[in-house]
Amino acid sequence: MSVVLEQIFQVGFLAAIIRIATPLAFATLGEMFSERAGVLNLGIEGIMLLSAMTGFTATSLSGSLWLGVLAAVLTGAVMGALHALFTVTLGLSQHVCGIGVTLFSSGLAYFLYRLIFGQQSVPPSIKSFETLPIPILSDLPVLGPAVFNQFSLVYMAMLAVPLAAFVLYRTPWGLSVRMVGENPRAADSAGVSVIATRFQAVILGGALMGLAGAFLSMVQFNAFTFGLVSGRGWVAIALVVFGRWDPWRSAGAALLFAFVDALQLRMQASGLGHIPYEAFLMLPFIFTIVAMAVMSRNAVAPSALLKPFRREER
Amino acid sequence: MFRLEARTSTPAWFNLALPLLAIGATLVLCSGLIALAGAGVIEAYGVMFSASLGDSYAITETLVRATPMIFTGLAVAVAFRAKFWNIGAEGQLLAGAVASCAVGAIPMPAPLAMLLMAVAGAAAGAAVALVPATLRVKFRVDDVVSSLLLNSVIFYALMALIEGPWKDSFSGYPISPPIEDSANFPVLLEGTRLHLGVVAAFLAAPLIWFLIVRTTLGFRIRVIGENPEAARYGGIHVERVLVSTALLSGALAGLAGVGEVGGVHFQVMSDISPGYGYSGIVVAMLARLNPLGVVPAAIFLAAVMTGAEAMSRATGVPAFLSDVIQGTALLAMLVALLFTAYRIRRVGVAK
Repeated sequence: MSVVLEQIFQVGFLAAIIRIATPLAFATLGEMFSERAGVLNLGIEGIMLLSAMTGFTATSLSGSLWLGVLAAVLTGAVMGALHALFTVTLGLSQHVCGIGVTLFSSGLAYFLYRLIFGQQSVPPSIKSFETLPIPILSDLPVLGPAVFNQFSLVYMAMLAVPLAAFVLYRTPWGLSVRMVGENPRAADSAGVSVIATRFQAVILGGALMGLAGAFLSMVQFNAFTFGLVSGRGWVAIALVVFGRWDPWRSAGAALLFAFVDALQLRMQASGLGHIPYEAFLMLPFIFTIVAMAVMSRNAVAPSALLKPFRREER
Repeated sequence: MFRLEARTSTPAWFNLALPLLAIGATLVLCSGLIALAGAGVIEAYGVMFSASLGDSYAITETLVRATPMIFTGLAVAVAFRAKFWNIGAEGQLLAGAVASCAVGAIPMPAPLAMLLMAVAGAAAGAAVALVPATLRVKFRVDDVVSSLLLNSVIFYALMALIEGPWKDSFSGYPISPPIEDSANFPVLLEGTRLHLGVVAAFLAAPLIWFLIVRTTLGFRIRVIGENPEAARYGGIHVERVLVSTALLSGALAGLAGVGEVGGVHFQVMSDISPGYGYSGIVVAMLARLNPLGVVPAAIFLAAVMTGAEAMSRATGVPAFLSDVIQGTALLAMLVALLFTAYRIRRVGVAK
């Protein structure tokens, strides 16, 4: 146990948690906005993969990292719009459309990547962002180098959490999002456009998923690989439930998951040789399933989640 | 001006017309990608067709490829009928493959080996599907997320096996030891890979159709999917039916894995399924959740997969086109299904 405790308070370990949590935080916030408006987006896994691909490609071709981030965000927003077109405008099954969006986006990501880069024995990589130490704060012991000497995308994730909470709880648009997710009929009577608000929320959600994808291919791995996302999108959906559809709690859930993931990575490395490493890889997924079992009883989803809105139908 | 108008009934020819419409739209949409890759659209689709359905050997290969997707398609169709969102067919297939491989490695007479492999594979698939069903019934955990997460867990368990106790100590490759020769499914046509599992899949479809349409369990499955409140009011134990549905669905997905081990690979490796579990969702939706429709839908996807490889070799268009086609077909089918609920009516422009 003391070994575990020692590990936790190491700079490297804390930094690893932050790094793992960043894409999850973006993805979880994205899924949360979508679901708060009443739209489950199972396209998340594919949207993250496709955005990771376009972000990586844009950077690799242009040499500009921020252009890559922009490409990833735009990709996410466009795929969000596609999902919204099917589920909000046409009112199709959110479950099946989401799976469709994931299959389509993943297929497209693989197809375009192979078309652009061909089949190479060593996958192409990019030079990633440099870390950006924050003056004064980065001099703090332990916390400084772990938290305040990070990549700019990490800081963006840290700022995204309070910003998401502010937008959701303190702005008129956030109120509209919550209304169309809880009681679209009442929102409609109050003059809020249900269709438009849901569309906007799903697009914003998609853009955040795009940021998550960009972080994976442009910061964490500096390359695009086919197993890049490997279930992180599905995990984000579980974290939204675990975080009870709240930005702060969702971010907390992402940190908790990142802690478990970082811990299993350490345990893999620290010579517990008789246990197969796959057992550790499984751990975060089992943890998520168990966490959902514990939390779901009391979790109250937005009441209009999964329900399409058609004005003329009463 | 056009507007959507609710429809009360749908003509029978819709069952055939809608998937064909969706597939047609998909092929048109995806032709843009072929053009983007610098190949001729007609040529590429031509190679795809002739390599998958052009001669009798190609047809047998396509049928072999369709077999696991018939099983996963049936698994998804049964589950979705009850609105049990089983997205875990992939993991259930892998579990079925592992279990049947373990049984197939035990020396015993051929018929017994095949029977026990099927039983073990179906049981393993059912056991995996029981997890999301139990979590939903007992803990109100969303079945989509739990079944998806479980796919990763099962995959890592399989990897732990083939990189651990099952690893080929001779070559060091992460592949399981082969099953006994006597456990290999018999080939039905000399010179092809058309194995017994293919026939089993073709028999399973009408059997499941009969179960869904003509039996009490099938009736209950349909009712809890369409209207759980009415089902409960009518005295149906919704939770129990949901668990039965999950067991049936998981067993069918497990059988997909059995067929791949007994009839195609004779062992287990990490890429034993190129996403057949997820393809099952596409198959089931193209079939409009009708078990009989699952067979042609699976053959279509199998033809796309087999054809895409040949097309890639001939024209240089990445074979991943088949993944895009699958996703597009699913989305196109969903849009096409709108025609079952609505009809487009021309109405006068309001002045």
